[in-house]
Amino acid sequence: MFIAFIAAVGRLSIFTAMGMKHCVRPPIYLDLLIRQMISIGYYSLPVVGLTALFTGMVLALQIYSGSSRFNAEGAVATIVVIGITRELGPVLAGLMVAGRVGAAMAAEIGTMRVTEQIDALTTLSTNPFKYLVVPRLIAGATMLPILVFIGDIIGVFGGYLIGTTKLDFNSSTYLKNTFDFLEISDVVSGLVKAAAFGFIVSLMGCYHGYHSRGGAQGVGRATTNAVVSASILILASDYIITELFFSK
Amino acid sequence: MTTTPLIQIRDVHKSFGNKRVLNGVNLDMASGESVVVIGGSGTGKSVLLKCILGLLTPESGSIRVDGVETINMPDIGREVTLQRFGMLFQGAALFDSLTVWENVAFALIQGRKMRKQEAKSIALTKLAQVGLGPDVGELNPSALSGGMQKRVALARAIATDPEILFFDEPTTGLDPIMGDVINDLIVKCTRELGITALSITHDMASARKIADRIAMIHNGRIIWQGPVHSIDTVDNEHVHQFVRGLADGPIKMDVLAP
Repeated sequence: MFIAFIAAVGRLSIFTAMGMKHCVRPPIYLDLLIRQMISIGYYSLPVVGLTALFTGMVLALQIYSGSSRFNAEGAVATIVVIGITRELGPVLAGLMVAGRVGAAMAAEIGTMRVTEQIDALTTLSTNPFKYLVVPRLIAGATMLPILVFIGDIIGVFGGYLIGTTKLDFNSSTYLKNTFDFLEISDVVSGLVKAAAFGFIVSLMGCYHGYHSRGGAQGVGRATTNAVVSASILILASDYIITELFFSK
Repeated sequence: MTTTPLIQIRDVHKSFGNKRVLNGVNLDMASGESVVVIGGSGTGKSVLLKCILGLLTPESGSIRVDGVETINMPDIGREVTLQRFGMLFQGAALFDSLTVWENVAFALIQGRKMRKQEAKSIALTKLAQVGLGPDVGELNPSALSGGMQKRVALARAIATDPEILFFDEPTTGLDPIMGDVINDLIVKCTRELGITALSITHDMASARKIADRIAMIHNGRIIWQGPVHSIDTVDNEHVHQFVRGLADGPIKMDVLAP
C-alpha cells in the first residue's frame, strides 16, 4: 500500500516534470491552446459566476447574523470582500472547474488512450504531451485567475445586493467599507491560488486520462480520480499558499 | 556480401508484470518485403508491433531500423524515425475531434508544417486512392462505417508516402467482401508503391493475399517463418493447426469449463 502510494507520487512527479518541460519548449500548438482557453475560461464562466453570486449573498447573510451578536454588523462588507477574494472565490471556482473541466479532460484523453488515438499521435510524429497536455496545462493556469477575478467582482456584488436590499445597508457606505479595507495582497493571493488550482485541475485531468486503462470502466475510473484528486490537492495547496502569504 | 535488413529484431523480451509476452523474438525484414506475422490472440503480435514503433519499451534485445538502434532512442530521434513509418491501427484510431480529411492530413499539417489547403489537396488524393470521394472528407469519423474508417485510416497511414507500413489486424471486424477490399488496397500500396510492410493478423485469407513471407509467433517467440506459398506444406504442427483452424493440436486454449 505504502509502496504503491510512493510509486503513484513518483509517476505523477515525472508526469508533472514532463509537462512543465514541454511547456517551455517549442512547438506550442496555438490553435489548440486557444480552443482550451475558450473551453476552460469562457464556458466555465456561467457556473463560476453563479457560484460566486450565491456565495457572496450567503456570506453577507451569515456574517450579518453572526456579527449582530456582538454589534459588529458594520464589518459585513469588509469580511465579504476579504472572504471572497482571499478564499472562497479561488477555492470554489477551482472546485467547480475541477468538476466541469477536469472530468471532461480525463474522459476525453482517457477515451483517446483506450482507442489507441494517443498511440496514433505518436506514430504520426506528434508528441502527445505537446499536443494534448501542454495546451490544457497552460490554459488551466492562465484562465482560472481570469475566471476568479470576474467571480470576485460578481461575489462582492452578491454581498452588496443582499446588504443593500435585505439588510438595510446604505449603498455608498457598503461600497466604502468594501474598498477601504481591501488590500492588493488580498486580491493577488487569490489570483495566485487560482493559477495554482487551474494548473492542478488540468494536471489531474491529463494525468488520469493519460494513464487510463481497461475500456469504458477505466475511463470512468480516470474521471472520478481526476475530480477527487484535484479537489483534495486544491484544498491542500490552498493551505500551503495561505501560509506562504499570510503566516506571521 | 549480405545486405543489412531494413528492420532487424534480435532477442526481444517484453513482460507485463509476471506475464511474459515476448520471449526472445528474432525477425528480419528486407526493404520492399511484405511480412505477415500470424498467431493466436494474446501471443504478442500487437506488442511486437508497438515495440518496433517505440510505443512500448522492451526489457532487453535489439530493434534496428536501417542499422540504427531504436530501443531507448531519444524523443527527437524517434520522431524522425517515425516519419518513415505509417500505421493502420486495429480500431482505425481516427481522431474524433477532426474531420476525415483533417485526420488524413494530420501528419502533413502537424508534422511537416504544410499549409492547410495543400495538405487538404493531398488528403483528398489519398482518400481517392482508397476509394473514398471528397464528400467523405468533410464528415466526422463517427459518421462512417467500420470498413470506411479502416479505409480512412489507411489513407492517413500512406498520406506522407512512408517507406514502411504496419498493419494491425487490418481485416478484423469487417465482412469478407470489405476485408478483401482492404486486402487489395494493402497489396496495391505495398507492391505497386514498393513499401515495406509488416502486418499482424489471424485471418489466413488476408495473410495469403498480402504476404511475401509469413512468420508465426507462439509463446512470445517466432516458431516458424517462410515464403507464403510454403504455408500449406510446412512440417510444423503448430503452423498446421493454426492454418487449418483445428481445436486439437499442440496449441491448447485455456478453456476452463467443459
